[in-house]
Amino acid sequence: MIAQNFEYSAPTDLKEALGMLAAENAKALAGGMSLIPAMKLRLSAPEQLVDLGRIAELNYIREDGGALRIGATTTHYQVESSPLVRAKCPLLAEAAAHIGDIQVRNMGTIGGSVAHADPAADYPASLLALEAKIVLVSAKSQREMPIADFFVDTFTTALEPGEIVRELIVPVEEQSTGTSYQKMLQPASGFAIVGIAARVRKSGGKIAMVRVGVTGLSGKPYRAANVEKTLEGTAGALADIQKAAAVVADGVDANSDLFASAQYRAHLARIYTTRALTAALSRTA
Amino acid sequence: MATTITQTEKLVGKRIRRREDPRLITGTAVYVDDIQMPGMHHACIVRSPHGAAKIKSIDTKAAAKLPGVVAVFVGKDTEKVGPVPCGASLPGLRVPHHHILAIDRVYFVGHPVAVVVATDRYIAADAADLVEVNYEPLPTVTDPEKALAAGAPAVHPEWPDNTAFNFHQDGGDVDKAFAEAEVVVKQRITSQRLIPTSMETRGVVAEWHAGDRSLTLRSSTQIPHLLRTLLAMMLGLEENRLRVVTPEVGGGFGSKLNVYAEEALMGFVAMKIGKPVKWIESRRENFTCTIHGRGHVDYYEVAAKRDGTITGIKLKLIQDLGAYHQLLTPAIPTLSVLMMPGLYNCHNIRADIVGVFTNAVPTDAYRGAGRPEATHGIERMVDILAAELKMDPADIRRKNFVGNDAFPYATATGLTYDSGNYAAPLEKALDIVGYKKVREEQKQARSEGRFMGIGISTYGEICAIGPSPATPAGGWESATVKVEPSGKVTVMTGASPHGQGEETTFAQIAADELGVGIDDVLVVHGDTAVVQYGIGTFGSRGTAIGGTAMYFAIQELKKKIVKYGAMLLASEDVSFVNGGCVDNKSGKSITLAEIAAASYRAMALPPGETPGLVATNFWEPPNFTFPFGAHIVVSEVDKDTGAITLKRYVAVDDCGKIINPLIVDGQVHGGVVQGLGQALWEQAVYDDDGQLVTGELMDYAIPKASNLPWIESSHTETPSPVNPLGVKGVGEAGTIGCSPAVVNSVVDALSPLGVRHIDMPLTPEKIWNLVQGGKA
Repeated sequence: MIAQNFEYSAPTDLKEALGMLAAENAKALAGGMSLIPAMKLRLSAPEQLVDLGRIAELNYIREDGGALRIGATTTHYQVESSPLVRAKCPLLAEAAAHIGDIQVRNMGTIGGSVAHADPAADYPASLLALEAKIVLVSAKSQREMPIADFFVDTFTTALEPGEIVRELIVPVEEQSTGTSYQKMLQPASGFAIVGIAARVRKSGGKIAMVRVGVTGLSGKPYRAANVEKTLEGTAGALADIQKAAAVVADGVDANSDLFASAQYRAHLARIYTTRALTAALSRTA
Repeated sequence: MATTITQTEKLVGKRIRRREDPRLITGTAVYVDDIQMPGMHHACIVRSPHGAAKIKSIDTKAAAKLPGVVAVFVGKDTEKVGPVPCGASLPGLRVPHHHILAIDRVYFVGHPVAVVVATDRYIAADAADLVEVNYEPLPTVTDPEKALAAGAPAVHPEWPDNTAFNFHQDGGDVDKAFAEAEVVVKQRITSQRLIPTSMETRGVVAEWHAGDRSLTLRSSTQIPHLLRTLLAMMLGLEENRLRVVTPEVGGGFGSKLNVYAEEALMGFVAMKIGKPVKWIESRRENFTCTIHGRGHVDYYEVAAKRDGTITGIKLKLIQDLGAYHQLLTPAIPTLSVLMMPGLYNCHNIRADIVGVFTNAVPTDAYRGAGRPEATHGIERMVDILAAELKMDPADIRRKNFVGNDAFPYATATGLTYDSGNYAAPLEKALDIVGYKKVREEQKQARSEGRFMGIGISTYGEICAIGPSPATPAGGWESATVKVEPSGKVTVMTGASPHGQGEETTFAQIAADELGVGIDDVLVVHGDTAVVQYGIGTFGSRGTAIGGTAMYFAIQELKKKIVKYGAMLLASEDVSFVNGGCVDNKSGKSITLAEIAAASYRAMALPPGETPGLVATNFWEPPNFTFPFGAHIVVSEVDKDTGAITLKRYVAVDDCGKIINPLIVDGQVHGGVVQGLGQALWEQAVYDDDGQLVTGELMDYAIPKASNLPWIESSHTETPSPVNPLGVKGVGEAGTIGCSPAVVNSVVDALSPLGVRHIDMPLTPEKIWNLVQGGKA
């Protein structure tokens, strides 16, 4: 449980950090909630660790042009407790509050979490439902992409070598939208056995907009487009919700482990989709 | 000499805050890993990644070459160190020779193979990775029932049946009881393997003093003196040249009631390199190499009359021992047999234990050690019988309790229950939970299609372990009480508390007995160079035995104090009153400090007396003590997910006389939480290859504060006649009473579906499957 030798640097300037990360076998350290345990178990052995924690320009939450921009090293606690996030994007604050425990939320960062791409992490479900965008930066370039394109597979993202997450861009929620994140937690790790994020808006007694993000069920988080399509245009009665939730795991290769078999996990996904949609609907204006 | 002696308020029975806590919560306590020494080296142990394998060769060259590495030792280097000891003896017990480092064969994942010693812990860890061990993996078996099957891989080739021992006990006439039974219920009940998970893992610092050929070994242990005696034998060192010191211990729960290979190994290393050496166990090592608890597969049969009277109990107990014996491994299931009748007046019992070797780390004492398994078994069986007879679970218990007039009560298993009023905590718990009302609520819930359950457990346990003939190494405890020349009181106890609060409770007792303030008393423990000798803290014995030894030492001291008082007051009619002596005729008095000063100055001695005020007592208890209680759990099952909500947890515990209610509450809370861990979440799972699947805290689910119910804790107080303090013990009660209350509650919730039994842990998936119609 002791890491192998590594160089450690803690630059205060983003450009300097990106320069360091251009080196082979350099690794960015954010909150360290996943990387440090992996290093201590010697599953990961970077030669150079570049701590992003002292780069002031990566830690912010601000409103800009109808969206919230959240810097990569913003901690889960900062997201959870931010009056701005709570007012303008309550789903993200709710998801942040579900992550780990208070110690983890004080250390762990949004950028670190998405870059790690744990298939059971809490944020991805909400970010997918929010149709968030992600900004990636390296010493050479900066690019922006939809979050759905960012998550490639288990622990695999669109990040290129030398590239880090710079910020998340989440749209400011319309006041009439109701949102909810519902999760069954794995009792040892606190990760999601299944976590469902739902956003719903009604118009003229019908579901006008619905977005559903799923985490924990399979190798990567996804947007349940089939659920959305089934529910859209209905009155949003419980039967409509259940009918829509019934397809959430269709065609998905569900994970199986000590805490939940594939069959049970798929069942939980349907139940938690129903619960998240019901809670979100109850919060619509 | 005319000092007024003021009446001191009695401290026993008061909710006094623990005197240990300031250092613990301010981070100033010193644990093994806090110890730094000049020239200290660090050890890292190379361990088997295989559940079973032959060691074909070990190449340590690359490791030894790494700068900073001073030594690498393998099994053949440590061959002369004595085996890891097993203190338990049973007829026909097979004891595998367990070297501190494997020599040619490993038989569980984590089995130590080599040790690397370096100037810092990072180099040691890097070098350990460079030790090349060439293994030839062998087939493994980790399930005890599969290990008993014909053709199973043999954990030890010399014993192909994997059977370490068979143990049989009969009481009364069990065949007649079953022949005449009006009803018989049977059930297979498991008590899964658990990982004790103390917050502080194990750790050792060993320091060799070449000049006087003596070794000081600091270890996170519950038993410093026993450790010294056994380690001295292992290392071939004279016992009086080995000093064992127990710094602060961050939890043990039985897992540090042991003598481990690593303790001897560090002693060996320190003697070889002539420098201090430190080894701190990682969490992964703690999970794979420190003992586990439980590991039962029990087959119960209960015979009864149709009115609910229990007439006979049969138990076939399969104990998963793991790969070899640690200190008490084979003895633990025998404790289950002792307690198999629980609180019930049943004189016909039969128990058959088979101890089974598996390719896993040994099981041994874990909080409750045999009694949680026994309680879980009998309390489940009583509920199954009640369901069969359509009786209320409270009524069937009332019907079978040993009566209040039956004490001392001789059990079918050969024990004598000291005192009891078994109905009292049950009635109190029923009252607190509002039994009638919650049954009404349950009816309502069922009519709404909800699954709500009420579960009762009335447990008895065996504490103050124990009279010496019943223990492998002596069951007494010792205390030296010293009134210093200044009048301050120092207590040296052989009990080695590690979180139980005895620095506080012992001081309360001593302060009351000597009539001094609690701040005048210091309780010292855990250093074999300071404390006379002792057995240690385990088996809920600290206060009942160690506290009693201190009590008797104080009584002896009081006699001496009175003699000095009489001399100093020049009176023949002197009483000991609140910290000093009073001349009953003149009313003149003298304080303890004045008497103490005079006793050490020794200008004059009372006739036949010696100078100084020191008394030592080694107290042998005449019996165990037997606490009891009732726990009630109200639960509700989410039928969509199988998730369980504990709506109420009522615990009424009778641990005899209570010294400090605050500490007793803490013990009950901690005990219940570990019981909930077993009931709901925890399970040590090995796969068929002998890999521990739950090898980290990310996979092994210990209870979290956020997942726990409010514990409504209260008490009845039935003093024990076994010791003058009237105390019984409470360290394990919560754990023992808890798990059957939870399982009984959830089974009750699902009983409309025909569910009769569920094995722990009650995971949501297991429950959901039952709701879907799966059978349990």
